Amino acid sequence: MDIHEYQAKEILSGYGVKIAEGGLAYSPEDAVQRAREIGGHVWAVKAQIHSGARGKAGGIKICKTHDEVQAAASELLGKRLVTHQTGPAGKVCSRLYIEAGTDIAKELYFCLLVDRSSERIVMVGSAQGGMEIEELALNNPDAITKIYIEPAVGLQDYQAREMAFALGLEAEMLSHAVKTIKGCYRALRDLDVSMLEINPLVVTGNGELVALDAKMGIDDNALFRQLKISELRDKTQEDPREMAAADRGLSYVGLDGDIGCMINGAGLAMATMDMIKLAGGEPANFLDVGGGASAERTEKAFRLVLADKGVKAMLVNIFAGINRCDWIAEGVVQAVRKIDMKVPLIVRLSGTNVEEGRRIIAESGLPIITADTLAEAAEKAVQARNEVVAKEAALEI
Amino acid sequence: MAIFINETTRIVVQGFTGKIGTFHAQDMINYGSNVVGGITPGKGGQTHLGLPVFNTCKEAVQQAGAEASIIFVPPAFAADSIMEAADAGIKYCVAITDGIPTQDMMTVKNFLRRFPKDQRMILTGPNCAGTISPGRAMLGIMPGHIYLPGNVGIVGRSGTLGYEAADQMKRLGIGVSTSVGIGGDPINGSSHRDILEQFEQDPETKVILMIGEIGGPQEVEAGLYAKEHMTKPVIAYIAGLTAPEGRRMGHAGAIISSAGESAAEKVALLKDLGVVICPTPAMMGDTVAAVLAAM
Repeated sequence: MDIHEYQAKEILSGYGVKIAEGGLAYSPEDAVQRAREIGGHVWAVKAQIHSGARGKAGGIKICKTHDEVQAAASELLGKRLVTHQTGPAGKVCSRLYIEAGTDIAKELYFCLLVDRSSERIVMVGSAQGGMEIEELALNNPDAITKIYIEPAVGLQDYQAREMAFALGLEAEMLSHAVKTIKGCYRALRDLDVSMLEINPLVVTGNGELVALDAKMGIDDNALFRQLKISELRDKTQEDPREMAAADRGLSYVGLDGDIGCMINGAGLAMATMDMIKLAGGEPANFLDVGGGASAERTEKAFRLVLADKGVKAMLVNIFAGINRCDWIAEGVVQAVRKIDMKVPLIVRLSGTNVEEGRRIIAESGLPIITADTLAEAAEKAVQARNEVVAKEAALEI
Repeated sequence: MAIFINETTRIVVQGFTGKIGTFHAQDMINYGSNVVGGITPGKGGQTHLGLPVFNTCKEAVQQAGAEASIIFVPPAFAADSIMEAADAGIKYCVAITDGIPTQDMMTVKNFLRRFPKDQRMILTGPNCAGTISPGRAMLGIMPGHIYLPGNVGIVGRSGTLGYEAADQMKRLGIGVSTSVGIGGDPINGSSHRDILEQFEQDPETKVILMIGEIGGPQEVEAGLYAKEHMTKPVIAYIAGLTAPEGRRMGHAGAIISSAGESAAEKVALLKDLGVVICPTPAMMGDTVAAVLAAM
């Protein structure tokens, strides 16, 4: 789960990390009021969306008057911002963070994340902040310092000092830097943060270290013990179909194709989508219905897939292990009868009681296309989708 | 031989008396696994499914000679159960539980490393379907009847995609020595490479099918190991050709977050390392058959 910049900063501030003064705004009037409260002559109006690279997308405006603050807020609120992290659909900005302008002397990069290879927390830093770390890793990998943290004892002072020196900080800033770095690490450990990126971490004109941006991702598996963090979830930043799926205990990812999918197991789901692509089609979604695909769950999954109006055909691929093909077949037949299905349905069942499952589908009298193998299922789905598209084109003429 | 488990392996179930633990314990017993009891703290001394219940793993090891365990404990308590098993002297543990926090798994891995290698419990999972040595023993939640006994080792992250592979092979009359699920989490007990190492030493395993997916470095690390240290052919299929970057595809670990983690990149790297690539998930059985035929 991702949280917003302002939320991450509030958390970090509680761990002794210095942030610029700021406040949240939901309207241009709010924004001006926040600017008045903060005072000064320069403010940053920052779109709060779950994505990095907001600056490039025009999501951060530097303003020198209250009128400029108002104009920037009017422009950003409700705007759809597209960055390389949001995908082409972008994300709508519905909150702004108004922050006091910071006198920047130097921009640094700092990040803590779970490293899958070493199975440890790794601390990543660079004296060349502001730009994207991926770019830096490509163009100047030597400018990046990585320090691995032993989980049993945690981050040590000497490691924080090593990082501070790698960031090129002056000796008089050392104790403040150690405090900042250790604060970030404590936040990460306390709150089950899987990724914390401060880009840029800046040195100000009067020699202070300030987190000018903050991006924080929380381990979804740990939300059960991070109740306060769970409350920070902003549903407007997530795909509504994915939210609906999560509420129903299904795992769904919306994609750009037009062949809807319902599969049990994440690996088989990805493999089936691969087969659709290899057969010349494009999947509309990833959907794992999980192990116990009951009739009720099957119906929910059908509704979810078909809620995407772009779907031209639907493919069900179930490998029954713990559950049985006959139960799944009954669930599918029930779902199709309840929902007025307008697109062709291709069903492939495999595993326990497969003959019985196939018999139930055949005897249902419903126009369900069946397949025996994975390859056949994908080919039939693509063929059915092509026929629908051809029919639609003929109607338009 | 097979790896990790056979018909004599003395198995205990952690989370024995719960609904899920009960169901799968019975299924494993029906398959012929040598289940000798289970652990549910506070229910020690009772009998469940005709077998003794123990309060602690240590008791299960001391009194029932437990060698392997399977964990059906809920995510919040699963890491603790894994460490209990390791400390009690269990040699091989399968964690089925899905949803264990990543930092808990970091703690578990660190805990396991404290033991000298010859006394260190081997963990596979979490978030997996378990391990099966067909015809001998099942330590998992898979449908046992789809596996034929044979000479192909299977290692994979996904449960149902592993079933698909076993099923394709069965249709061609090809059997499995052992199939190991390593699970879909970002930090797991054993990596693809760890399992390849076991298969390389198993005289019964002739070839290995590795079923990987997007995200993380493990498939490529396994490929490097295969190139440098293995005599047996390794076949790989990598799922997730259509997966977009930065999106989690069901498994907590199935996310492309840095260079080299997409399916296409992994396939290219593995090919360079001499791993036989299975071009589509529909051809896992055929590819294994072709490699076996050429031996």
